[in-house]
Amino acid sequence: MLRPARAVWVLGLAAVLGAVLLPIAVVLAHLFVPTGDLWAHLSSTVLPRYIVNTLWLIAGVGVLTLIGGVGTAWLVSLCRFPGRRFFAWALLLPFAMPAYVIAYTYTGLLDFSGPVQSGLRDLFGWSAGDYPAPNIRSLAGAIVMLSLVLYPYVYLLSRSAFLEQSICSLEVSRTLGCTPAQAMWRVALPLARPSIVAGMALALLEALNEFGAMQHFGVDTFTTGIFRVWLADGSPAAAAKLASVFLIFVFAILLLERRSRGRAAFHHMSIRYRPLPGWRLAGWRAAFAVIFCATPIAFGFAAPAAALLWWTWLSAAEVVNADFVRLLVTSVALAGSAALITVAVALFLAYAARRSASRLFRGLTRLAAIGYAVPGAVLAVGIVIPFAALDERINAFGAEVFGLSPGLIFSGTVFALLFAYAVRFLAISYGAIDGGLTRITGHMDDAARTLGTSATGVVRRIHAPMLRPSIAAAGLLIFVDVLKELPATLLLRPFGIDTLALRTYEYATDEQLVEAAPSALAIVLAGILPVILLSRAMRRSSEPREAEEVAPIAAGAPL
Amino acid sequence: MTAAPSGPGLSIDSLSHRFDRVTALEAISLEIGGGEILALLGPSGCGKSTLLRLVAGLETVQHGTIAIGGRTVSAAPGPNLPPERRDVGFLFQDYALFPHLSAADNVAFGLQNLGDAERRKRASEVLERVGVSALAGAYPHTLSGGQQQRIALARALAPAPGMLLLDEPLSGLDARLRHGLADTLLAILREAGTTVIVVTHDPEEAMYVADRIGVMRDGRLMQFGAPSAVYDRPANPFVAHFLSDSNRLTGTVGNSGTIDTGWGAVDAGRLPAGAAAQILVRYEGIGFAGDGAVRARVLRSRPVGSGAVIVLEAADRPGETLYARAPAARAPREGDCVAVTLDPAHVFVFPSANAK
Repeated sequence: MLRPARAVWVLGLAAVLGAVLLPIAVVLAHLFVPTGDLWAHLSSTVLPRYIVNTLWLIAGVGVLTLIGGVGTAWLVSLCRFPGRRFFAWALLLPFAMPAYVIAYTYTGLLDFSGPVQSGLRDLFGWSAGDYPAPNIRSLAGAIVMLSLVLYPYVYLLSRSAFLEQSICSLEVSRTLGCTPAQAMWRVALPLARPSIVAGMALALLEALNEFGAMQHFGVDTFTTGIFRVWLADGSPAAAAKLASVFLIFVFAILLLERRSRGRAAFHHMSIRYRPLPGWRLAGWRAAFAVIFCATPIAFGFAAPAAALLWWTWLSAAEVVNADFVRLLVTSVALAGSAALITVAVALFLAYAARRSASRLFRGLTRLAAIGYAVPGAVLAVGIVIPFAALDERINAFGAEVFGLSPGLIFSGTVFALLFAYAVRFLAISYGAIDGGLTRITGHMDDAARTLGTSATGVVRRIHAPMLRPSIAAAGLLIFVDVLKELPATLLLRPFGIDTLALRTYEYATDEQLVEAAPSALAIVLAGILPVILLSRAMRRSSEPREAEEVAPIAAGAPL
Repeated sequence: MTAAPSGPGLSIDSLSHRFDRVTALEAISLEIGGGEILALLGPSGCGKSTLLRLVAGLETVQHGTIAIGGRTVSAAPGPNLPPERRDVGFLFQDYALFPHLSAADNVAFGLQNLGDAERRKRASEVLERVGVSALAGAYPHTLSGGQQQRIALARALAPAPGMLLLDEPLSGLDARLRHGLADTLLAILREAGTTVIVVTHDPEEAMYVADRIGVMRDGRLMQFGAPSAVYDRPANPFVAHFLSDSNRLTGTVGNSGTIDTGWGAVDAGRLPAGAAAQILVRYEGIGFAGDGAVRARVLRSRPVGSGAVIVLEAADRPGETLYARAPAARAPREGDCVAVTLDPAHVFVFPSANAK
């Protein structure tokens, strides 16, 4: 029989796991549910296009983030050139830019009446049709937009891998006769491979999750398909079937990432740390490095941020009013509640894992973080179907027994929305808090006990102060991620609820890109907060002890 | 003159402990008086750290009892006094300093029952005593290993515990620091009359600091006694070899009550005639006195610090070697031919059934 204290942990974990796995199980079950003509129609018409587009998206975003992320990380961590310190943190700035915001912004910048084309016409006296205008609203455009804001995942993880492997391997390789460039190819890159792949996996999962940019560019992917089948065709079941096929792609990425890591926990070998001497670049090499690092910052952050600022200036008088304030309050309340719930659940999971000696139990707590991999649209489908069924039952039961129906309780309410946020972002808070908790060693607990502190005193005097930064970081990351979140919010929002992300999307759908700017800018400004947090953690990681702190916060997910 | 204060005695009775299916401790019983220093000596994984954690109350006793100062603190199924109420200090091998607190705040951590001013005063006293007052404001991650250890020691000493438990206290330090810290430690502990248990795998360290030594292996107490008793009269081959490097020889007890080892005859003690025996001869138990009957060639003679390690080959049995240690000045040179004698004080005879 379970002792009561242990029962609380086991039942709690079971509840969390059930909540996380329910939507995934519901969606996967639809692989085998017949949905009739609609599905037959879908699979013969649009499904091939979704698959081809998704594969192109994976290939394009994969290659671009790989080149951009690893290239910049290698330059700023292993080379020395003017502006290196600035680039080291500024390369994170595009993190603040949600993909749909950058997509809307470039649409506005590059369309016929936008500043780029009209500037060129004025400058050269051209008129329409005199010059080739690349169409940004295309698959290629989407790949570029997504890569511009997703490469920081690869940058961040490969940079910390480069810094960690630092002294042991690179100096050895130099003494064995490698030039700096050879050391990169033969030692640094192979050693950093697990981190690079982890970063790419995160970037690709985000790319698959993207809805706003794809919708705006008219690129059909699974995410936009789920919206169309659900909202336009009115068939949640067919949407779920589409989502289940989509999940196969997601799990394939996860599996590949796992496989590539295999037995590769090897970038933690050296305990000793000394700042790397670095390869001093001069002349054309230095110029190339500066341009290579400046490009993603300029196009991924500076240009769109400047455009948003200018458009906000133009439209603020009209858009920023009492309604906008209400929007702000709703967004902050939603994001704040989601952050609180998610941090609380993560704390529970992290402590459950810490207390338990069972490997199975600890493995299960990590399984609870799987939700980060599930695209928001898929999650929404997986939540709405069971919740709606539950509400239907309750109402039928209420009508039969009491003669009254309580209405929607689970579906179509804030409850469903918060549920989705918690499942999707649990991995981020769990990663940050578990990382913080593992830095409190068992011996610290023991030392405090032998120094006259009770078990609860240890939590108060050791854990609380030591965990505070991790908890704050986890809360902030979730807050900002919820603020940015679009697909799940759009599908699950209760009637009458409006957020910054939704308002941005609505204006953009009406092609009112200037009017979309104030709410988009608010999201970007909030998004800068985690960038500051990350760059601080990255700076501290130059000291060896805090090195592990970067990864969980950055990756968000204990992949 | 007042009598020196004295910490509580410790009494352990038939203590056994298992982790999953691995036996960590098997029927350990021992007793030490107040103010004594006990060294638990053994190779890694022998259970000595588990024993320490059980005494501290950091592990729950599964079988047997532990009494501190005559009061039962651990027994199965109970009572089980929590660690914070045992009046024991613990120095961890990895120091386990609290990274969010300065050195002074780490030391003051266990002084909750004092007022603010008193806490600060006591903390700076103890820091001074272990010689690191200058580091009071520093945070752990800025300190070297040796400095961290002294802070950790100050933290454990600050509440003036009746008993102090030290897990490999000196193993993390380089040789030069070791004796200095050991002496500081001993002086402080003797002055306070603290009862001490030190866990170590280094016999020299154990003999240097301890009043009693318990030699452990595979969760069993192999021998328990004063350092000289354990060193001079090892109870079994394991203890003999663990305390000092030894040659292992074999032989059969002859009718005269002696064993011919090939390197000279040794007294068989209580072994009956005809019994198979194993003989442990310490490196320092081999002399080159000149008139011995056994001749050997010096294969190697290398100075190692204060002495020399010598490898001998029996003159009439090529390939059969013996290791010896001698003061550098008296060491024979490589290639010499020498007469070998065995010093009975460094020769230990055991029945070979015990062998392992």
